[in-house]
Amino acid sequence: MEGLVGNLTLGFATALSWQNLGLAFIGCLVGTLVGVLPGVGPIATITMLLPITFGIDPVGALIMLAGIYYGAQYGGSTTAILVNIPGEATAVVTTLDGHQMARQGRAGVALGIAALGSFFAGCVATLVIAGLAQPLTRLALLFGPAEYFSLMVMGLAFAVVLARGPILKAIGMILVGVLLSTVGTDLDTGEERLTFGYGPLADGIDFAVLAMGIFGFAEVIRNLDYQETRSVVVRAIGRILPSLADLARSAAPILRGTLVGATLGILPGNGAVLGPFASYTLEKRLARDPSRFGRGAIEGVAGPESANNAGAQTSFIPLLTLGIPPNAVMALMVGAMTIHGIVPGPMVMTKNPTLFWGMIASMWIGNLMLLVINLPLIGLWVKFLTVPYRLMYPAILVFSCIGIYSVRNAPEDVIFTAVFAIVGYALIKLGFEAAPLLLGYVLGRLMEENLRRALSIARGDLMTFVARPVSAGLLAVAVIVLVAAVVPAVRKGREEAFKEE
Amino acid sequence: MKKAMMVLTALAFGLASVALAAYPERPITMIVPFAAGGPTDITARIVGEHMSRTLGQQIVIENVAGAGGTTGISRAAASTADGYTIMMGHMGTHGAAPAVYPNLKYNPTKDFEPVGLAAGTPILVVTRKDFPANDLKGFVAHVKANGPKLNEAHAGVGSVSHTTCTLLHSILGVQPNRVAYRGTGPALNDLVAGQVDYMCDQIVNLTPQIQGGTIKALAIATAERSPALPNVPTTKEAGLPEFQVSAWNAIFAPRGTPKDVVARLNDALVKALDDANTRKRLLDLGGDVPDRAGRSPDALAKLVQSEVARWAKVFKQVGGAK
Repeated sequence: MEGLVGNLTLGFATALSWQNLGLAFIGCLVGTLVGVLPGVGPIATITMLLPITFGIDPVGALIMLAGIYYGAQYGGSTTAILVNIPGEATAVVTTLDGHQMARQGRAGVALGIAALGSFFAGCVATLVIAGLAQPLTRLALLFGPAEYFSLMVMGLAFAVVLARGPILKAIGMILVGVLLSTVGTDLDTGEERLTFGYGPLADGIDFAVLAMGIFGFAEVIRNLDYQETRSVVVRAIGRILPSLADLARSAAPILRGTLVGATLGILPGNGAVLGPFASYTLEKRLARDPSRFGRGAIEGVAGPESANNAGAQTSFIPLLTLGIPPNAVMALMVGAMTIHGIVPGPMVMTKNPTLFWGMIASMWIGNLMLLVINLPLIGLWVKFLTVPYRLMYPAILVFSCIGIYSVRNAPEDVIFTAVFAIVGYALIKLGFEAAPLLLGYVLGRLMEENLRRALSIARGDLMTFVARPVSAGLLAVAVIVLVAAVVPAVRKGREEAFKEE
Repeated sequence: MKKAMMVLTALAFGLASVALAAYPERPITMIVPFAAGGPTDITARIVGEHMSRTLGQQIVIENVAGAGGTTGISRAAASTADGYTIMMGHMGTHGAAPAVYPNLKYNPTKDFEPVGLAAGTPILVVTRKDFPANDLKGFVAHVKANGPKLNEAHAGVGSVSHTTCTLLHSILGVQPNRVAYRGTGPALNDLVAGQVDYMCDQIVNLTPQIQGGTIKALAIATAERSPALPNVPTTKEAGLPEFQVSAWNAIFAPRGTPKDVVARLNDALVKALDDANTRKRLLDLGGDVPDRAGRSPDALAKLVQSEVARWAKVFKQVGGAK
């Protein structure tokens, strides 16, 4: 314990220097602004800003880049709530209830609870990293291909619960999502699948392309359908900050979301993606009146947002303790460290204690800054909703196109997005939901690759999934969740609760 | 004095090529065919930073990843050959690619003007920490005896770890089970966790794990030991001298780029590699910096030719990329 206090003192001494405080602030601010722009994710931003960090010392550079990372996570929720465009996989869930709240004139409350929930989750996650990073590493190593496969199956079971509409349509959308994820070059053989020999499809469809098109652009078209019911400017803005009743209602979801998100974040291989989905499922299951979900339930924002931020932070654990980047953003952080002459690995904690503890301390400082930056900004964001839609939608489309191009520097991606916009619009008209499709897409690829990997290692023995205890446990949870959704009695209640709008 | 010399050199150069005296008059785009943060990207950024200073124009890195780097190179090959679009090619894109991708849209030996070799990263053979063998000889014996029972991890078909281990397998004449991952990170994670038995990869990805004792390094596939890992024997010392391979990175321009422009770029590259700070940053990563003779366009052209021939043979021997 004393060691921990000593280490944290060292960390804060590093992070609280004027230069590092300034860098953390710049990182969080840039991250927030960039995250708000639809499509421009943390990867594109960090790549663009990488050369700027060359002149700064490594600790400062990393503090700034980390600030951009969680700032962008956070800014992404703002766009999800205000205009129903998820910039990142983790923000998909936030659109469900967050945007509904905005339509009811409660955008400020949704943004406020997202900020507070994220701050709380960030504080807890920082403590978890500081105190338990080393032992938790073992958890990450416990997860082999078989466990990942089962985790993803569990995730897809959640997707069924996630849906608002009829269960059959939800399953259909999940399967379409999984199918879309198989487009591209097969990992094992190097053969192209479902690309029709068209080069730009060789690396599959990017998440941003799919999400922007099927969610964002489709939403814009739908809003233009009827002048009156466009979702953005509906009612008076209402209160800016959550009331005490809102806070009381959100407290437990924030706690649970933090726990779920922090746990899943530790897992490499993008376990963090599942956090918000799992939290949403959990809240919907626990709610006394699940029918409120999807119609502006504050728990549906508080829980997933906390899970999102907790996961974003604990996903630093595999990087800091093992030196293995668990996702693309972390891989970029490794690159940044490497350029600065620090190759992260199991030794970083002992060889570069100022870097290690400085970063941990800066995470907490960064979270505080995000709160300081974002609470006053809420008023400004909400004012955007009063901008006439005829001015707003061209701006949304232009920024989205820039964002999509910036992801892979590929002009074809912008065209794909337009195609998915038409598909998305058709889906809205036919009463299908996009969220399960996106989840199917995100989990599909991970599921397929881990299935094949696990079977390859087990030489084709399917028993590997039940013989390994962690994997068996996850599969059991998936079965329970599915059975609960499918058993007729439960389903009857469910159908009453989730009638098609 | 030094400045005066530089001005004189510049003047002489200007006289020699009046038409292109102004090159470069705007920023140069260097296409890196892999994601930001990877070994090729880092090499490009370190070298590009110093080259920008010599050229007096910024070299902007554009990451165009996909299909083992061939997406970015295809695009770069098709761009205007005016010296304002260049690329960081690589052992995969300009060596193994024709053998791995039958529908490749470019020809590594014909569609480019080689500028010069930048830096390579040596390849290591590493195993999980409780692997039964502790040296390369023991490993070879074990793999030969248990080939199909072993799991080798690689970062996807066409990746450095995949092609270099294919070379290893073709030398040993073994066919272990190959497990594909999406990138080095997850593959390394499963190696540390002991889910798979061994892999081949670039030194920069592996050094911290080896130093931390979470995986075992058996040999480095270079002629000399690396200063970054002085305790790891070379394949020559360890009894497998045929296994010599490096993930080299080199600058290319599209075919038809004027000779003077190529010379100017090569000059900037040579100066970057002579710069003490740039060298140190590359060496700290475990990289190989080519000697003076190895940096010329001709040397690079020869390297590409021999690499294309070598990988064609290797993949033919193991029966395709699978």
